[in-house]
Amino acid sequence: MKPTEPTRRTVLTGAAAVLAAPHIAGAQAKAVRIGMQATFSGPLAQSGITHRNAIEMEVDRINAAGGLAGRPIEMVYRDSKSQPQEAARVARELVNSDGCEMLLDAESSAGSFAVQEVVRDLGVLCIHSSSETSSLTADPKYRVASAFRSSRQGIHDAIVGGAYAAKVADARKLTKWATCSPDYAYGRDTTAQYLEYLKHFKPDIEVISQAWPKLGQPDFTEVITKLIQARPQAMYTALYGGDLTAFINQGNIYALFSAMQVFSVNLADYTALTAIKNLPPGIATGNRYVVTCPDTVANRDWGEAYRKRFNEYPTNWSWQSSTGMRFYEGAAKKAGSADPKKLAEALRGLTIECPFGVDGTVTMRAEDQTVVGYAIGWGTTLTKPPYVADVKPADWGTIFELETEWKKRNGFI
Amino acid sequence: MDLDALLGCVTSSSCLVTQTTSGLIVGMLLFMVAAGLTLIFGVLKIVNFAHGTFYMLGAYIAYSAFMFTGSYVLGVLAGGLGMAIFGVIFERVLISRVYGANVLMQLLICYAVVLICDDLVKIVWGPDFYAMGMPPAFQVPPLFIAGGVVPPFYIMLIVVALAIGGALSLLLGLTRIGKIIRAAAHNPNMVSALGINTTLLYSLVFAVGGMLAGLAGGLAAPVRSLTPGMGFSILIESFIVTVIGGMGSIGGALIAAVVLGLIRSFGTIGFPLFTEGLMYIAMIIILVFKPSGLFGKEIV
Repeated sequence: MKPTEPTRRTVLTGAAAVLAAPHIAGAQAKAVRIGMQATFSGPLAQSGITHRNAIEMEVDRINAAGGLAGRPIEMVYRDSKSQPQEAARVARELVNSDGCEMLLDAESSAGSFAVQEVVRDLGVLCIHSSSETSSLTADPKYRVASAFRSSRQGIHDAIVGGAYAAKVADARKLTKWATCSPDYAYGRDTTAQYLEYLKHFKPDIEVISQAWPKLGQPDFTEVITKLIQARPQAMYTALYGGDLTAFINQGNIYALFSAMQVFSVNLADYTALTAIKNLPPGIATGNRYVVTCPDTVANRDWGEAYRKRFNEYPTNWSWQSSTGMRFYEGAAKKAGSADPKKLAEALRGLTIECPFGVDGTVTMRAEDQTVVGYAIGWGTTLTKPPYVADVKPADWGTIFELETEWKKRNGFI
Repeated sequence: MDLDALLGCVTSSSCLVTQTTSGLIVGMLLFMVAAGLTLIFGVLKIVNFAHGTFYMLGAYIAYSAFMFTGSYVLGVLAGGLGMAIFGVIFERVLISRVYGANVLMQLLICYAVVLICDDLVKIVWGPDFYAMGMPPAFQVPPLFIAGGVVPPFYIMLIVVALAIGGALSLLLGLTRIGKIIRAAAHNPNMVSALGINTTLLYSLVFAVGGMLAGLAGGLAAPVRSLTPGMGFSILIESFIVTVIGGMGSIGGALIAAVVLGLIRSFGTIGFPLFTEGLMYIAMIIILVFKPSGLFGKEIV
């Protein structure tokens, strides 16, 4: 049989089908683009990198399970270079030029406040996964309907830290206190809140010396000797990262940690714990991220999976970004859609299963669109892994009660 | 401002000993970095804005050598030697091309090197911060002198820094090469006309400057955090030292560094909210009354 000659109509139909096929396939699985701007360069690059590591883990897991309501996630990362104005610029660019439908903001507080105004302007869905400044979501004048937070809050840490310190101070009769925190808004605000709640639970404490070293100060010698001269019984510090490591290494040679009970809100993060070669035992510390808080199989498994993949343990930033992605995943399941407006609606009041929840779940509180129920607690350092022992999980009932009073006092509610 | 606390400190032997040694240690490490900076300026009239990077790289090299050999001494020597070599390469490949050029051009080249090296550190060592940890020999309780607390490690640092400063003074004051360096600082054309290889001389100056910064980075590594960009803050303080001491004066750098260390040490007790400000006020006062610095040559 003679093969039939293709007619012009057959060729055109075939060509149209071939050309249309990828678009039809693409429409079926159009990726959801999520933009993340963070610090990927400079001294604080570790922040952005460990945010991204956790996100990559979650994206792989979520995409393997079908993505957000059937649509795979595609992340777009941009470096803000630790500059708030740059963070705002790249956030806008992620939405307007890169086609991102939602954001996962991983800026420190200054950057997050700048990004918040971009979110307000564009109306884009955003989860802040790094800023711990409470007012970002607590103060109505900063609040934005489409902005949420998956990171811890300073006020929660202050309440829990104050309650824990008061118990230790009561038991060991620690009444004379000193503080040593970085000399900028975070250090001063965190210290003031901590002391406020320490005095709330134990009114008879007296602050006899305060030191405010500069952020990134290479030498803390004069600060350490000043603290030794003041002879306090206890000291609180909000130093973190390389500053905290240097402070501990320099404090060690003055035997600072045997001269007073030290409370360090930021020590229990593996970055610091593993960098300090001679970690003094017995320093009281709030958990940033350790696999023993919460002490559950899910948390240990997640921490180990991260370590196996990236050859290091996760940071506080990691669990916060991981939680942000899990909220997007949970909201898409609840809404049955990846549409940002439906996701925003679903996020309000959403409770999801999460390895970092004190009872295995965390909730995006509807009233201020911020995460609650995450594991938060204080323990004491050990010289070797697991580095932190006797972590006492916080009572969220007390946190809610005192947080509400704090909001009333500040006119937020 | 807490003048009562300051008065209480200077009249208490324990506080006086503790804060004075604390000021000395801050000052001596600053001197090590500033000495190289002022030496390079004195001879070559180059304001080496990349000098903090020498300190950073020295600390990282010392850290790696310490991790490899387990020896703190070898680590410090590796930091010094590594930066002496780096100083020569930096001078030959980059700085030698802008001698006599606009200061802005020199500044841009130095700043480029700072950024490149910060990124290279991130590639080679990663963005995390590191701590070398205290060498076992110094993991001992502090000494108590007249009631004051003095760590043995810091006594060693002060002695080593003084020894290096002394050796540098002897090198410049008594040796032939030192005399040539001083002559070159005074009149480079005449030195060149006498048949002395100034190319080699300039490289040597950068080698010594780099070595001093590298040694300082290595010596301080057990107590300071190693992080990309760590050279910046020490660079600013080193500039204050060189300005107060007089650009080009090694002796001036030593005195200015110790004064700055003591200002920090006692300032943190008497002026806890204005310690940094005190350093700049000291610099402004010196600049107003003696623009060339304490030991700098008057600019004609």
